[in-house]
Amino acid sequence: MSTVSWITVRGLFGRRRFLLLLPLPVVLVLLAVLSRALGVDPGEWGPPVLIGLGLAVVLPVVALIVGTGVLGAEIDDGTIVHILTKPLPRWQIVLPKLAVAAGVTAVTVAVPIYVAGVLADSVRLGLALAAASAVGALAYSALFVALSLVTRRPVLLGLVYVLIWEGLLGNIVSGTQVLSVQQYVITLADRLAPTGLLETSVSVPVATVMAALISVGFTALAIDRLRSFSVAGETS
Amino acid sequence: MTTISTNQAVGTPTAAVSTLDLAGVSRWYGNVVAVNDVSMSLGPGVTGLLGPNGAGKTTLLHMMAGFLAPSRGAVSLDGRPTWRNPEVYRRLGLVSEREAVHTFLTAYEFVLASAKLHRLPDPAAAAREAIALVEMEGAQNRRIGTYSKGMRQRARVAAALVHEPQVLLLDEPFNGMDPRQRLHMMELLHRLGDAGRTILFSSHILEEVEQVSGTVQVMVAGRLAASGDFRTIRRLMTNRPHVFAVHSTDDRALAVALMAEESVTGVELGRAGLTVRAGDYGAFTRVLPKIALAEGIRVRQLVPEDESLESVFSYLVEA
Repeated sequence: MSTVSWITVRGLFGRRRFLLLLPLPVVLVLLAVLSRALGVDPGEWGPPVLIGLGLAVVLPVVALIVGTGVLGAEIDDGTIVHILTKPLPRWQIVLPKLAVAAGVTAVTVAVPIYVAGVLADSVRLGLALAAASAVGALAYSALFVALSLVTRRPVLLGLVYVLIWEGLLGNIVSGTQVLSVQQYVITLADRLAPTGLLETSVSVPVATVMAALISVGFTALAIDRLRSFSVAGETS
Repeated sequence: MTTISTNQAVGTPTAAVSTLDLAGVSRWYGNVVAVNDVSMSLGPGVTGLLGPNGAGKTTLLHMMAGFLAPSRGAVSLDGRPTWRNPEVYRRLGLVSEREAVHTFLTAYEFVLASAKLHRLPDPAAAAREAIALVEMEGAQNRRIGTYSKGMRQRARVAAALVHEPQVLLLDEPFNGMDPRQRLHMMELLHRLGDAGRTILFSSHILEEVEQVSGTVQVMVAGRLAASGDFRTIRRLMTNRPHVFAVHSTDDRALAVALMAEESVTGVELGRAGLTVRAGDYGAFTRVLPKIALAEGIRVRQLVPEDESLESVFSYLVEA
């Protein structure tokens, strides 16, 4: 593991906000287990739990907590200076941090969504949801890592994107769904394991290309912003 | 574990001498000018960057360290710009003012991580050497979160020194240190300067700068107000009379007695008390209690009116 990833991982798990990651996946699994145990028809509980909670809330919120934690938290407390005062090309700082963010998010989300998918339909759906979530984890992480460098309030802006853009506008104005990571994840999962549970609104090529564009584009933006990273003087 | 003697570690003659150059550097935030047309060239040895709070020292240091783009002018290390150029960190170390450390690491892990990020050939040895340099061997395996402010500062200095940079910039390095730690840090800076490194540290406390460095750059309101040997500047400052506000049980009698004193150059009797001008700060403050005692007067208030660095600096600027 590179030194940057090592510090990032230590920082992520050494801060208390890491505990925020736990409740949501637990709730997801609990709801799925409960629905299954009570014998509710998967057609009824599947979409609200898998999409409404799993892909629309757990995935983006976990990605937001982790994605803004790997770089934004260090910018907030000033420890970023220790890493920046090294003769490292800036991509060697952004890429390991992004890898940690995407990896931690993917694992945190893939496990509960796999369990929920298996309980709702089949192992195949579980695996499809987990794989699609991993792709979503990368796209979200790139977005949120870049946000940490573009604004002083990455968490707020990230929440606005997730709740207002994807959550609210995505249901009212269908055009916004083309710019919604959540929709790409649903489409990809449905492509990997077609069931009646997932309702898609963008095509597979659009989902694939857009997920790749967002991941690459925001990573490039983050690297460029980090090159021009300014520290504001406290007295000025 | 072997530790290398401190003197050997610092005293090793360094291959090349680095120069940090500022040419007509200004930085503004909107309408506020933080640094105004500063030019200086820093070579080997210890230089103090002196100025009251808000004078633009931190802004200037951030520009030197490549963490801020100059709005105008150029900052370069050995001819290469420091902004958007991570390569300068091979020869430059920074200890920022903000007490930001990875509290979840031990000092050794922290310094070792720095050494690894610098891709040093033997990071473990370099980390041990840097920790020995700041005399932190005893606490190196404790989490930084458990350290006092002074210890954290030393851990940060060790991390900034681990790659033996030619240039070391320190922003208010003595803040929060106890007298012993201060002394130790001052010695360390001296040794580094004597070994041919370029050391710049900022401070708003005159005495700190006086003890560490002969050469100073004085900033006032974003401008470079004075630059050169500290003693010369200091003399300029003490030539100015010191002004005190004094209030006592019998101001008039005290005024008469004070006028007989050699250190007193003027006394003004006002409604709120006396305004005393003294040529010699120390002599006056020593003699005042004696006079009061002899005259049977009780001094209720003694406030230096122009003790702040701001006023001293404003003298400098006016001069």
